[in-house]
Amino acid sequence: MSAYDIVLKSREKGRPTAVKYIENIVEGFIELHGDRRFADDKAVVGGIGYIGGMPVTVIGIEKGNDTNDKIAHNFGCAHPEGYRKAVRLMKEAEKFRRPVLCFVDTSGAYCGIGAEERGQSEAIAMSILEMIRLKTPTLSVIIGEGGSGGALGLSAADEVWITETSTYSAISPEGCASILWKDSSRVADASECLKMTAADLAALGAVERVVPEDGFSERFYVDLKESIVKFFKKQREIPPEELIEARYRRFRKF
Amino acid sequence: MKFDFKKFFFKKPKNELEGTENVPAPAEEEPKQEAVIPEKLAEKCEKCGQIILKDELDANFGICPKCGHCRKIDARRRIDLCLDDFTELFADEESGNTLDFPGYTEKLADLREKTGEKDGVVCGTGHIGGVLTAVFSMDYRFMMGSMGHTVGEKIAKTFEYATEKSLPVVGFVLSGGARMQEGIISLMQMAKTSAAVAKHGEAGLLYISVLTDPTTGGVSASFAFESDIIMAEKGALIGFAGPRVIEQTIRQKLPEGFQRAEFIEEKGFADLIVERKEMKEKLAAILRLHCGEVVA
Repeated sequence: MSAYDIVLKSREKGRPTAVKYIENIVEGFIELHGDRRFADDKAVVGGIGYIGGMPVTVIGIEKGNDTNDKIAHNFGCAHPEGYRKAVRLMKEAEKFRRPVLCFVDTSGAYCGIGAEERGQSEAIAMSILEMIRLKTPTLSVIIGEGGSGGALGLSAADEVWITETSTYSAISPEGCASILWKDSSRVADASECLKMTAADLAALGAVERVVPEDGFSERFYVDLKESIVKFFKKQREIPPEELIEARYRRFRKF
Repeated sequence: MKFDFKKFFFKKPKNELEGTENVPAPAEEEPKQEAVIPEKLAEKCEKCGQIILKDELDANFGICPKCGHCRKIDARRRIDLCLDDFTELFADEESGNTLDFPGYTEKLADLREKTGEKDGVVCGTGHIGGVLTAVFSMDYRFMMGSMGHTVGEKIAKTFEYATEKSLPVVGFVLSGGARMQEGIISLMQMAKTSAAVAKHGEAGLLYISVLTDPTTGGVSASFAFESDIIMAEKGALIGFAGPRVIEQTIRQKLPEGFQRAEFIEEKGFADLIVERKEMKEKLAAILRLHCGEVVA
């Protein structure tokens, strides 16, 4: 598969979205709404539940499935309220020493008048800042598109995993081709040059694990769940100061 | 009233978090005058189009004496304007073309030669109103201050240095965002710098960010908005997405003043707007208030 094939696959219709992962991996999920400031951003789905009997906080960027659902979730493009909701839920998790699991799937944070008026930059910045110093284990799994700052806002975690046909990049290949080469037809070249596929990212050390997709079978979710439980059990034993220090080193190396 | 069929049948999907109903009318663009300018002696103001003598411009802090437009100034000029003295740090820091991005090696070499800088940020320490401060200053001439490895590394090192020496940090921010040619490495600089800001803050130290024209993209969504005090230079463009990207996304013209410093302050995201001429004085006052000796 070429890099561009993977880009297309990461956005493919019918690909499981965050809600599907939550359904398959989290037991007794209770959704918690709102940022307690302005609104409930439906592009970000968050709540609490169990994974293998362990209480966790789960936050996912949700693109939606059919047309109406996609519109409801704003195609997985979060407003500032989405990031503020995520921070609020993370702080609640920290208080009760629950691990935080994030599913990341977004073409990017929303670009619009309301988003700018209500401080999209500040919201993402604070989400990164709070997540990177959170005193509880964190894991982010990129399950489709990891689009720029909008994805990083929920990816300043202990480890970042990615499913094998997902991408993670500072800019979309379309944006790169049109800005850099003034030629939007060179998307395939840009996909290649940006080194944005799961395999490239692993080689660069930007992700710790590439998760085989196995056609998103039942087995896939079972294995992923098992890996997550194992990971959190290991992280839970580490004192919070050491967790933060390790996270610092993880991002400092770039 | 005429019935608008287009509006009726081709409604945009409603997005409830976007109050797109009450958007003010877009600003009309003023026609710009064209003129031939004798190079080096004078420059044309990019806003009012008038010819300004270079000496006059320099004496006036790079502000157009005709219309008050703040021209971009390079990193070292900014340091000159705001600091009493300056000792550069991490001057040798530079990095190459990690992703082997086509054309990037040449671009870097070319810019290094043209600007005399290794990359888009100058860091160091110096006094502002008597307070010893760690400083970083970003440079528009280097790919509009975009953040790649070198920029991120030097800024992170500045915060680490300041944490170790218990110094406040003043950051003159200017950036179009991510350095595309460094792909994911560029994105990771947002997390790296944020982590360094967090450590500095937890040590109880002051960080003032000065947002200048432009502050957008990945830089705006990291250390620009993570400070204790956010100062915005008058008229600066500050936002997450650039205005062109927003216009393409929402398919409408943006209102006048949108994403300008005054707008950012009005919406509650900047503590104060400062004119370039008063910047040093304002910084000094804030620094002294936080770091000066307490008499009473």
